[in-house]
Amino acid sequence: MNETIDKGRRQLLTAATTLTGAVGVAFAAVPFLASWKPSARAKALGAPVEIDISKLEPGGMLKIEWRGKPVLVVHRTPEMIGRIGADDSLLADPGSNASRQPEYARNPERAIRPEYLVLLGVCTHLGCLPQNRFTPGASADGVLTASWPGGFFCPCHGSTFDLSGRVYAGVPAPTNLEIPPYSFADDNHIVIGLDPVKEA
Amino acid sequence: MADSKAAADPGAGRFARFGAWIDARFPMTKMWQEHAAAYYAPKNFNFWYYFGSLALFVLALQIVTGIFLTMSYKPSAEEAFGSVEYIMRDVEWGWLIRYLHSTGASAFFIVVYLHMFRALLYGSHRNPRELLWILGVLIYVALMAEAFFGYLLPWGNMSYWGAQVIVSLFGTFPLIGDALIEWIRGDYFMSDITLNRFFALHVVALPLVLIFLVVAHLLALHEVGSNNPDGIEIKKAKGPDGRPLDGIPFHPYYTVKDVFGLGVFLVLFAGVVFFAPELGGLFLEAPNFEPANPLLTPEHIAPVWYFTPYYAILRAVPAFLNTQVWGVLVLFAAVLLLFFVPWLDRAPVNSIRYRGPVYKTALMIFAADFIMLGYCGLKPAVAPFTMMSVIGTIVYFAFFLLMPWYTRIDRTRPEPARVTK
Repeated sequence: MNETIDKGRRQLLTAATTLTGAVGVAFAAVPFLASWKPSARAKALGAPVEIDISKLEPGGMLKIEWRGKPVLVVHRTPEMIGRIGADDSLLADPGSNASRQPEYARNPERAIRPEYLVLLGVCTHLGCLPQNRFTPGASADGVLTASWPGGFFCPCHGSTFDLSGRVYAGVPAPTNLEIPPYSFADDNHIVIGLDPVKEA
Repeated sequence: MADSKAAADPGAGRFARFGAWIDARFPMTKMWQEHAAAYYAPKNFNFWYYFGSLALFVLALQIVTGIFLTMSYKPSAEEAFGSVEYIMRDVEWGWLIRYLHSTGASAFFIVVYLHMFRALLYGSHRNPRELLWILGVLIYVALMAEAFFGYLLPWGNMSYWGAQVIVSLFGTFPLIGDALIEWIRGDYFMSDITLNRFFALHVVALPLVLIFLVVAHLLALHEVGSNNPDGIEIKKAKGPDGRPLDGIPFHPYYTVKDVFGLGVFLVLFAGVVFFAPELGGLFLEAPNFEPANPLLTPEHIAPVWYFTPYYAILRAVPAFLNTQVWGVLVLFAAVLLLFFVPWLDRAPVNSIRYRGPVYKTALMIFAADFIMLGYCGLKPAVAPFTMMSVIGTIVYFAFFLLMPWYTRIDRTRPEPARVTK
């Protein structure tokens, strides 16, 4: 029997075994990593929701939950709609070019129908819930000054947004508040999570 | 040695013979000698050397109290908050076990921060202890993860929103961000599914990682030997018996010293547990006494105090180019920098005792800066805290990034050959 060790052969076999083993480990990791993705049940629970807006008064706001996120529906008065655009020069992204919204909501009102604003109540900074501070001027708690034009205010890190949820420049939030896909089932019902059917 | 003699000696006592029986099958006496009775530690350890053993004690305390908490805790969104209330009110001594665990979390960070500061004081991170330091920083990172996952479990409103903010950090990464947070949460929001997996990570995965790292940290320590307040190697001056002249056996000398330190620590610890377990909202925050509510953000979200220096750093960086990923990257860089300290520090001496005024000043400014950042992180992001956070962040990075220069130009004094007092 040959007692000498063929080091080159041993090295090649070790490398080949290690490589094959590593590929096996990578494939074996897939089921474990994939098990962290939303489950079939989580996906089913994330289906669209329909809300009744017939009782929402002008100037009022409705807060509902969709996929665990707060969805804000604001019934804007003609006066509020009129204020949109007055501050465009102070906004970070007035054209909503870098922000997230369906194409049909990429306009100054950021809405399908200007009187109804639908947006996610999730600050684009770190996910806090912005408050509706629609009244212009200084607030009683002192966080907003006399120059406040009315809009949304995030209590966590002080980000401010206009009445269309568009972010002001120089605040922590980088983009406008996100608008979820939504559509009108009829004049009194909005479906969150479902795009409008394209009209021919 | 004693054990082999006992085995050979038929007249030896019952216990000695039993010990010899084990030693022939398991390195019991050998390990005891290596890590305690014949582990020679420098004789000049001072106050700063309590915190390693205290960290080990708190780890054991967290594991024991944690095990008992899992016996009554329910890791589901429906039941979690209620089960914590149940532990507090209905389980015999449950309040004590839970307060020991919640206070223990803060105590863990206090002793670990002091332990790390000790290393920067006496140069314990430097050659040949670089790997020991890196293992220590890994423990610190694992501890932060462990604390973060644990903080969600009570399912209070601050738990919920704190976790929401931290998980959102991963959403700032371009392209993969959204998919990444969906993967972390396992849902479209922080839900029962998220809570359940954080529970698994908190009680099984990370404790295993921590224990493994702590064992590695101790093995590395006992391989290179302990540093000391003079920052010199006691191995350089050995007696005829081969033992360091300035070394004393860890047991009984330092076991006794550490037990004394533990006694003092426990007095303070028990004071907090029994008289101020919330410590004015610093250890347990007020909004966490309300159940998690995805539709109601607390007025002011602040993480627990031990994360606030890094939280202030995160907030100090403004968003630009329509993304706020920069703050997240700066935050990660702030922690990552710690790994490189052994190579950033270029001083010719280890200990602060022989370093010059430059390093002394830099270290004191850094310590004050870290505390200031921690304070800013607790406060809302308004003036003057926003500006203080920005200055604090610059000072934090300057301390590390300028280290290669200021440690070299410093006027150091020669190290002594033997340890002083």
